[in-house]
Amino acid sequence: MKLLHTKILIVGGGPAGYPCAIRAGQLGRDVTLVDASGLGGTCLNRGCIPSKAYIHAAGQFETVQSHAKAPAMGLTCSDPKLELSGLLKWKDDLVGKLTGGVGQLLKAAGVKVIVGHAVFLDAKTCEVALADGGSQTITAENVVLATGSSEAELPFLPFDDRVLSSTGLLELANLPKTLAVVGAGYIGLELGIAFARLGTKVTFVEALDAILPQFDAELTRPVVRWLKQHKVDLHLSAKAKGINKKGLVFTDAKGNEQSIAAEKILVAVGRKPNTTQLGLENMAIDMDGAFIKVDDQCRTAMRGTWAIGDVVGEPMLAHKGTRQGEMVAEILAGHRRRFDPVAIAAVCFTEPEIVGVGLDPKQATAAGEDVVVGKFPFAALGKALSMGAGADGGFVRVTARKSDHVILGIHGVGSHIAELSGEFALALEMGARLEDIAGTIHVHPTLSEGFAESAMTALGQPLHISMPRSRS
Amino acid sequence: MGQYAFKLPDVGEGVVEAEIIEWHVKVGQVIAEDDALVDVMTDKATVEIPAPTSGTISSITGEPGDVLAVGTVLLTIETEGEETAEPVAPVEAVAAPAPKAAPPASLASVITSAVSPAEEEIEIRAVKPSSSGRALASPALRKRALELQIDLGEITGSGPAGRISHQDLDDFIAAGRTQGAGGNQKQPRKTGTVTEKIIGLRRKIAQNLAASKRNIPHFSYVEEVEMDALETLRAHLNAGRKEGQAKLTLLPFLSLALIKTLPDFAAANAHFDGQSITKYAPVHLGIATATPNGLMVPVVKHAESLDIWALAAEIGRVSTAAREGNGKTSELSGSTITITSLGALGGIASTPVINAPETAIIGVNKLMEKLVFDRDVVVARKVMNLSSSFDHRVVDGFDAARMIQAVKGYLENPATLFM
Repeated sequence: MKLLHTKILIVGGGPAGYPCAIRAGQLGRDVTLVDASGLGGTCLNRGCIPSKAYIHAAGQFETVQSHAKAPAMGLTCSDPKLELSGLLKWKDDLVGKLTGGVGQLLKAAGVKVIVGHAVFLDAKTCEVALADGGSQTITAENVVLATGSSEAELPFLPFDDRVLSSTGLLELANLPKTLAVVGAGYIGLELGIAFARLGTKVTFVEALDAILPQFDAELTRPVVRWLKQHKVDLHLSAKAKGINKKGLVFTDAKGNEQSIAAEKILVAVGRKPNTTQLGLENMAIDMDGAFIKVDDQCRTAMRGTWAIGDVVGEPMLAHKGTRQGEMVAEILAGHRRRFDPVAIAAVCFTEPEIVGVGLDPKQATAAGEDVVVGKFPFAALGKALSMGAGADGGFVRVTARKSDHVILGIHGVGSHIAELSGEFALALEMGARLEDIAGTIHVHPTLSEGFAESAMTALGQPLHISMPRSRS
Repeated sequence: MGQYAFKLPDVGEGVVEAEIIEWHVKVGQVIAEDDALVDVMTDKATVEIPAPTSGTISSITGEPGDVLAVGTVLLTIETEGEETAEPVAPVEAVAAPAPKAAPPASLASVITSAVSPAEEEIEIRAVKPSSSGRALASPALRKRALELQIDLGEITGSGPAGRISHQDLDDFIAAGRTQGAGGNQKQPRKTGTVTEKIIGLRRKIAQNLAASKRNIPHFSYVEEVEMDALETLRAHLNAGRKEGQAKLTLLPFLSLALIKTLPDFAAANAHFDGQSITKYAPVHLGIATATPNGLMVPVVKHAESLDIWALAAEIGRVSTAAREGNGKTSELSGSTITITSLGALGGIASTPVINAPETAIIGVNKLMEKLVFDRDVVVARKVMNLSSSFDHRVVDGFDAARMIQAVKGYLENPATLFM
């Protein structure tokens, strides 16, 4: 058995672990990264990136198809075809390119990468079952756990070749004719909508009485409308029961048992942290429910043991994990750091897209704030109209404190609105006031004008929608 | 049932009034004979007054800090028996009335409204905590503040809505509110004050010292004394000291020097009441002593009758007794001259305040090694300053200086102390 001693051991090469390794390497630390299931983690291999590739392709396909059905913009084409295997290959190439890039970056930062599964014997020692056989014992001065999360399974719907996780769905070589999606959260909706656009008959079964419970009804309404317009069935307050030969069995809101045809079933009921088969019990760390308990510097209860990303709790978002990874690397290099974002933006790549940063009006009011809200529709925005994105009910909504106009939250829905999330987050982090946003010249014609106009609306002075004229 | 009116007894020779220090009972409390009722302090001592009889306390007079005349009804006790009922006659507390009650509501509101505009202004400028309770500042600024260990909550942002700028942070650092980059200690701004009534011994000290400084024109004189010879002798004597003999400090030697000197400077070993001076043949040496309760001056009586060992023992005994609070009243008054020593703490000079009605006080400063000229060679010498004050009304500066020079002569030639 080989023995390796390292200053910093990072377990998990996903969007939390690999940035941690890169930054620690940049700062001259001796870093070893152990990864079992592909550099880039769920995000690059099975999550964010593959799903965005499918969503983009589905959008392209739907657009071309719409032109074939009914020429618009003077653009006509004949019946387009989709080979899912071709899309799969394109996606795999894309993933390969990105994960390969991560490998290069790690190498450039001087990080030693070990492929294998680590099990801890104590908080500073682990044994890695190497992917190419044999084992490697590693001792470290500091251990960073970045083991991520995986799809939650329903006991009565175990994953197999018919009941799929999001990972399984993105590996299909042939497009299913019918797809039942259990769970209308962001993963189920993103993938379900993409497959609907690719031509699959999709049905959603959601246990709650609304889709995307983290967003208010105003924001999700355009998505519900899109589903309706595209004849995607949505069963709310419905509970999946199991499968039969034909498809998925569930009880609907009225308590009646129904069965829907489904060649494949996607179970997207959330993700659970990867905390088993790690030897966590040997590490003397504290748990916070299913997650590893950490403080605002991502320290666990065990000295010199850190945890970042999905494994430490909500929001289970790649960009949160990345920041935590950078932070821990910098702390280990002797810097003073704390995880203290004003807000972490959340985006759903549904149709249309939804973005949210900070507090919505209801949450702000509940927090004791007296608020002013400005909402500006994409329908009044030249760029949106020119992109054919003016009719999907999109808007930007800004929520600010009434007394000093400090922005408390920014939400929006609409085509491509995810790309505005950076400006939204920046506004909150910088402590912007409505006047700051309204006073920043936003490029015409871009969707970002919608943000400036929402701030002007909140100030009572929008340019491109009419407000009651003030007397003074 | 009878009412026992308990009057403040004459707690010491010639005492006419006493200050209440602490009540041990309250109205309604059932007490047994000899239970402690109250601590009172006179010019001479603090005395615990026991209950003269059993019963229930029905009233008490005065609060801590009030000064009552002897004979004032201190408290009334409801007794079981019918005898010993002294007539209850109200006697007003003399001097120090009860502390003034809070100003009437109307006045208070006037004060409040007069203050409020300024406060309102601050309120507007102050960072209003957002729903997350954090200060309004950019990520880069927050990072800088964290690295500097500065709590942004303590900075008032100058920007709109109280946003904190890098300039605000620079100003905050420049204003010395923090130790800056090298500092590890966060120094939060403190608020609040503590107001304590000065009572008991501390009040006595305050009164005496104020009276001394007000009435006595102090003449202070500082002189340097070479101590090598005395230190050599002291070390020698200490090395040979017998079982039961106190270790010799500098004080017994200084005492001896004073005892030798004072017969020639009788005005400095005296009491002066502003009208007449009483010069003492005996030397009753006051030793200024820091006690847990404050400054006290226990007295070595007839110091002139004691040899160096006895002086050392007596100085040790009376000052320890004072520190431990069990000094005899008679040993806490009657000094004719006082020595005050801060030498152990350091300090190169002091301006001692005369312990009235005395006319002189001799202060001892730190003994230290210094380079001095011995003819044309520079040598290391142990030197010590004596800082003394005299009542200039009865001791001329010239005489005061002569007296200190005489003391210096004895200390620098310690053999003469024993001739």
